[in-house]
Amino acid sequence: MQVNENNFRPKIVAFCCNWCSYAGADLAGTNRLNYPADVKIIRVPCSCRVNPMFILRAFQRGADGVIMCGCHPGDCHYTSGNYFARRRMTLLFSMLDYMGIERERTRVEWVSAAEGAKFAATMNEFVETVTALGENKRLEDLRCKSKQ
Amino acid sequence: MDKREEVLRISGVNVRKCMRCGKCSGTCPSYDEMEFHPHQFVYMVETGNIEPLMNSESLYKCLSCFACVERCPRGVEPAKVVEAVRLAAIRQKGNNHLKASAVPELLDEDTPQQLLVSAFRKYSK
Amino acid sequence: MQRIGVFVCHCGTNIAATVDVKAVAEAMKNEPGVVFSVDYQYMCSEAGQNLIQDTIKEQKLTGVVVCSCSPRMHEATFRKAAAKAGINSYMVEIANIREQCSWIHKDIMTATEKAIILARTAVAKVQLNAPLTPGESPVTKRALVIGGGIAGIQTALDIAEAGFDVDIVEKQPTIGGKMTQIDKTFPTLDCAACILTPKMVDCAQNEKIHIYAYSEVESVSGFVGNFTVKIKKKARYVDTTKCTGCGICTEKCPKKSVPNEFNLGMDNRRAIYIPFAQAVPKVATIDADNCNMLKNGKCGVCAKVCTAGAIDYKQQDEIIEEQYGAIVAATGYNPISLEKYDEFAYSQSKDVVTSLEFERLTNAAGPTSGQLLRPSDGKHPHTIVFVQCVGSRDTSGCGKEYCSKICCMYTAKHAMLTREKYPDTDVYVFYIDVRTPGKLFDEFYRRAVEQYGVHYIKGMVGKVAPRADGKLLVQASDLIANEQLHIEADMVVLAAAIEPDKSARSIATMLTASMDTNDFFTEAHPKLRPVESPTAGVFLSGVCQGPKDIPETVSQASAAAAKVIGLLSKDKLTCNPCVAHSDELMCNGCSACEKVCPYGAITYSDKEFRQPDRTVAIRRVASVNEAVCQGCGACTVACPSGAMDLKGFSNKQIMAEVDAICK
Repeated sequence: MQVNENNFRPKIVAFCCNWCSYAGADLAGTNRLNYPADVKIIRVPCSCRVNPMFILRAFQRGADGVIMCGCHPGDCHYTSGNYFARRRMTLLFSMLDYMGIERERTRVEWVSAAEGAKFAATMNEFVETVTALGENKRLEDLRCKSKQ
Repeated sequence: MDKREEVLRISGVNVRKCMRCGKCSGTCPSYDEMEFHPHQFVYMVETGNIEPLMNSESLYKCLSCFACVERCPRGVEPAKVVEAVRLAAIRQKGNNHLKASAVPELLDEDTPQQLLVSAFRKYSK
Repeated sequence: MQRIGVFVCHCGTNIAATVDVKAVAEAMKNEPGVVFSVDYQYMCSEAGQNLIQDTIKEQKLTGVVVCSCSPRMHEATFRKAAAKAGINSYMVEIANIREQCSWIHKDIMTATEKAIILARTAVAKVQLNAPLTPGESPVTKRALVIGGGIAGIQTALDIAEAGFDVDIVEKQPTIGGKMTQIDKTFPTLDCAACILTPKMVDCAQNEKIHIYAYSEVESVSGFVGNFTVKIKKKARYVDTTKCTGCGICTEKCPKKSVPNEFNLGMDNRRAIYIPFAQAVPKVATIDADNCNMLKNGKCGVCAKVCTAGAIDYKQQDEIIEEQYGAIVAATGYNPISLEKYDEFAYSQSKDVVTSLEFERLTNAAGPTSGQLLRPSDGKHPHTIVFVQCVGSRDTSGCGKEYCSKICCMYTAKHAMLTREKYPDTDVYVFYIDVRTPGKLFDEFYRRAVEQYGVHYIKGMVGKVAPRADGKLLVQASDLIANEQLHIEADMVVLAAAIEPDKSARSIATMLTASMDTNDFFTEAHPKLRPVESPTAGVFLSGVCQGPKDIPETVSQASAAAAKVIGLLSKDKLTCNPCVAHSDELMCNGCSACEKVCPYGAITYSDKEFRQPDRTVAIRRVASVNEAVCQGCGACTVACPSGAMDLKGFSNKQIMAEVDAICK
């Protein structure tokens, strides 16, 4: 496969809410469940804290995929936060799709604090999908890159 | 098509909503005339046991009074299931339902309006 | 520029086995702002903490990054350590290189690479951290209980027991609620009045408890620890300080035909009345809608007969303002209206009654003095049909989707008591499912069947038709025998679904407490915080949270009281400093944030701003109440002008994290 020859590793940003998904990620670690190192987690208090700007920024700075994890609908620590997040992301992702960032590069997943296995499985699958899609160059700001 | 699927498709009823309270059969005015009762129709369609229903006289004993539909606490609409089975049986025999355009010819001054409405409910599917 | 110290933990071999910790510490030295970087065996040990504290002092650090286990594990530990060394505890960030790195990766190269990125991300965040101070707010040591049923009574008694003042607001003239109308209680069959009225008297006599009967909550403002509540004391037209409850007025009042609410309209009371003999407070109340004196000034009998001179026709509603630290909602329930259920002929025949009416018909203080008689002709019924799930588990729109939970048990109780007192009566119970989870509950139901010979029939009543001779023709299905039954009954008893009291919705709005689609209050967490509302300082007691029987209500009432006591025993509340903050200069007053806030923490006010041209303009701007905000951040994203930001998780900080990861 071409991607493997190039040794392409995607950059993936994961936003995890503090109460469910971040704890789920910790549980995946505690259970020693492997998922690729390409995933880097940013802790936010609630999925509703994830501003669409953050995701745009990630793509601008060269991320290849962004995943947002939150509590299951109805289980939000703040009662309704993940409902807001779900709607915002639906809109954002459809706009990103329009701009040429494939739907598969963005994802919302509900992971509870007990679902370490689900977290690892989700990340494995997501990384695989994004790796297959290859590097994302649509929104990348080359000015950011040249500064390095 | 599978008979169960056909009945479900014609009726548009989600038989899984039934919580088996039996209010449909409790309210049915034609109960004693029927071999299979409204709650049995729902249950037997759910389990796919449709042949006995199609061969039963019960299909034609249902008055289409819709009391069961009116009273069902879960919105299952048993009368629609009965109708759907009836329709499936008619189609199996190669016939089809009454066309609305054919009704005026059959009209009779003395026919109660209720009966007409009922006929439409029964046949215009 | 911050002076940042990075501390990389080995965690024994937990981290060091897969992450080259030395390389991480080395790499961090080149990050902007980092003045010190070191690795150590166990950062969380006392020696490790000392290392951090000493370095903070020696290197004059302003920020600290600890690369270690999950922040859920030791963030608090390191924050405390930093605070001891004299820097703000919110200047500490954790890079999670154990759970999210060393434990999930096997290859040292990749793991080290990832650990460096995670550490760099934390450094980038600390760069933008600002010292945060948790706010403090005082606690008013007084609680308000809304609703004076058994739930409210138990909560109030428990809070008073702990030594705090507590007020009960009850909209009826007496406390006691639904339980006063109940005859016997399952599964022990002791009489409700015998166990409830002593508690009502306790409330009245307890000097820590103040009862505002015949009163309603008018408005609520403030937040946890500092609520201001306006209570409307409705005019009783009787001076409660003078009335002795002798009851002469209630005997002499010429207006005799007012339906008696206490007996659900099955008998009459006067225009001036005391709901029942054991009422607390035991004072008379004039029903203004039915009093001739108040309506047209012609009567005045009660004032003439009252030896205490307590009647005051000029009394007005009174508004009282009080301060509270905590509020408990105990608003209770009512049976649903059965208007939509024509098939059961409830409105056509007097002999079709609800279960609560049946309670009154069997109660010694009821309209029939405890004789079970048909309301229509006063004859003894010989066949009684009980119908369960009337309006419960009903998705057709007429009733309620949920199970009302108490009906199976009280129906078994009614059936059993009827058979016991009148063995010549045939009793049928039509059920869909019999649900009796609870201590001694199923045994109770089986006793009704096995010992008392109650006919339990799996099926539902389809139709009740009153006949001219007074019989009720019941048509029902028996699903097990697969036949349709036709029963000539003398009485039909309907186990009507219960619903939250109508007043609950407006009270929830005042309290900014959330409700579900059925108007039950929602809990902060369905399993782990069942008696707290998501709104801080608001607690839930009894059926207002969901259907429950008396034992369960009392347990929940005491649980709510325990939570209130826990809150009131604090002198000051420390608030989470990671809360939203609005930049007033950027706020355009659009209210978007206010609408998404689940806690009602955001309010708008008009403020004066100096314009560049030295004029003063008044603008509407948002402000966040830090004591109420829980820091979810929903408002920060909703804000179109970017005025709203979350302390500790600011837009800039998260952006910096994104940048660091994508670098």
